[in-house]
Amino acid sequence: MRLRQLHELTLVRFKLFVREPEAVFWAICFPLILSVVLGFAFAREEVEDSRVLVLESVGAEELAARLTAVEGLVVERGRDPEEARRRLRKAAVDALLRAGDPVDLRFDPRRPEGALARLRVEAALRGGAAVTRPEAEDETGFRYIDFLFPGLLGMGLMGTGVWAIGFAVVDLRRKKLLKRFLVTPMSRASFLMSFMSSRIVFLGLEFAVLLPFGLLLLKVPFAGSILAFAITIILGTLAFASIGLLIAARPKTVEGASGIMNVVMMPMWLGSGLFFSYERFPAFLQPFLKALPLTAVNDALRAIMLDGAGCATIWPEALLLVGWALVSFWLALKLFRWQ
Amino acid sequence: MASSVLHPIAARGLVRRFGDLTAVAGIDLEARAGSCLGLLGPNGAGKTTTIEMLEGLQSPDEGEISILGRSWATDAAGIRERIGVQLQETSFQDKLSVQETLSLFASFYRRPRPVPEVLALVNLTEKATARVHQLSGGQRQRLALGCALVNAPEVLFLDEPTTGLDPQARRRVWEIVEEFKRAGGAVLLTTHYMDEAERLADDLVIVDHGKVIARGTPPEIIRSLAVESIVEFSLAEGSTLDAGQLAELGGLPGVIEARNLAGGYLLEVDDTRAALGSLIGWLERSGTVATDIGTHRPTLEDVFVSLTGKHLREA
Ligand SMILES: Nc1ncnc2c1ncn2[C@@H]1O[C@H](COP(=O)(O)OP(=O)(O)O)[C@@H](O)[C@H]1O
Ligand SMILES: [Mg+2]
Repeated sequence: MRLRQLHELTLVRFKLFVREPEAVFWAICFPLILSVVLGFAFAREEVEDSRVLVLESVGAEELAARLTAVEGLVVERGRDPEEARRRLRKAAVDALLRAGDPVDLRFDPRRPEGALARLRVEAALRGGAAVTRPEAEDETGFRYIDFLFPGLLGMGLMGTGVWAIGFAVVDLRRKKLLKRFLVTPMSRASFLMSFMSSRIVFLGLEFAVLLPFGLLLLKVPFAGSILAFAITIILGTLAFASIGLLIAARPKTVEGASGIMNVVMMPMWLGSGLFFSYERFPAFLQPFLKALPLTAVNDALRAIMLDGAGCATIWPEALLLVGWALVSFWLALKLFRWQ
Repeated sequence: MASSVLHPIAARGLVRRFGDLTAVAGIDLEARAGSCLGLLGPNGAGKTTTIEMLEGLQSPDEGEISILGRSWATDAAGIRERIGVQLQETSFQDKLSVQETLSLFASFYRRPRPVPEVLALVNLTEKATARVHQLSGGQRQRLALGCALVNAPEVLFLDEPTTGLDPQARRRVWEIVEEFKRAGGAVLLTTHYMDEAERLADDLVIVDHGKVIARGTPPEIIRSLAVESIVEFSLAEGSTLDAGQLAELGGLPGVIEARNLAGGYLLEVDDTRAALGSLIGWLERSGTVATDIGTHRPTLEDVFVSLTGKHLREA
């Protein structure tokens, strides 16, 4: 009895989802486009030359000559110390130098270019080309696209789960269909569950496109266990679907719901290691970032695809996702506003 | 409720408050099997609040409800299995077809009717595969009726089922409701159309401001007005009658009451010939130019006007 409802509700949700061109675009095409754009933008990343400015003083001529001889250093000469400092602040040059013993070197340690310039200058002063020109890693598995692609898969799971479900629920509420369902013997849990089961059905379709694209066209490696991968994306989908239901549990308007969605998803876009590793955030934030569901999905997917991990490695992430799914679903069921 | 034979729909002393507003202020009602009870009243009278309490969507602050002898508190699931509901405003999912919508609703019930049977019942067989957004207003309303009938209910709740429909579409809805009644179902219908109430309702409860102001069969209610006919007239543009003149009209032979309503004038009359004669004499004497003088038999609308001093459709 309950199963027939769940089956029918799931079928309806699935049909409505695929009949919504925008939803399909955001779920499938958007991650594809993003991975192509970002993938190619960062594919041939060169290590750039460092620009250094040598201020006029006794010995400046000799210093400039020594530096110019080193590969990777481009030398400018300048007279006005104020102007030179301004150029450093604007990042027009990476370091300022004044001849003397020792040589006076100024750079902005917060900028990686500054640190690189310092290394190169020091190497040059110590005696020639101690630092060879560093090569950008272009081996498969080390490219930016390899880091990025699993993150984009995770982002797609989150976006589709939260948006598609959140907006669908609010729309049903606005249409008073939720209220209409309430006067039937429909099981409320089946109703909420159908959002998750229809997402799982759609997940198959989504990954049948995304994965071959990533593996064959972008040549992203897949070193680990397919089972672990499937478990991760299914649990991720369930977690995000539950979160979508929880977000949509109360709001009456699309505007209200999308506000909450942004507040919920923003920390994950930034802090879950989507475009850069979350390890760059301060240490006290790490436990919070690691507890986010998107962090768990991204970490697990990267471990599986890049490091060849299997179920034995990713179980903590899997457990965390189960936790998110159960707690959010339970809360959604408790808080749900039907009319 | 301690009534010996419980009607399919029975409620006593229903009260529902929203803050300071008492939307429903003590309503009793009963609907027999094979009959339709009409809840007639203007917008804001408390019809939707009343019907939603009967449907189990809102809990009454006071009063008792029994649906098919069961109570919402103890057997909500059993009631839901046996009732059909059409809410005042529900839009279905635009991108589902008629058939898909019906089979979704059918899946909620233990013993649903086959979808083709429901399609035939509400005259939508040829629209089975059409998407909801392709339907006309009348077809959507019949789809809503179809969803209310998928479980072959014993009780049907209809909240303003024909509001906004053209006359032909309304008649098709009425036919479906009449068919349901003939098959022995009990209907509770709310409406602010008196023609709908007169056509469908076997018993009628007229409500205003949450209170019952008249009840009975439509002929009983009209007879209770004790008026033979209604005489209406309007004045040439720009001219009006003052309170004194209106009182004079009310005192004319054959006239019971004179009212100024929505730009026109209206006499409740117990002797039509005498009243028409004296009205014409009075108009001549006072030099008033009247246009469009007409008479009609009293209707439910006139009962409502007589009881509240306003039309059903305004208020
Ligand atoms: N949820 C609510 N909160 C506050 N007031 C309400 C609510 N529902 C209805 N009302 C008020 O109760 C009165 C009766 O409303 P309703 O039952 O919808 O009337 P009807 O269906 O006869 O037009 C109206 O004044 C309406 O504004
Ligand atoms: Mg209403």
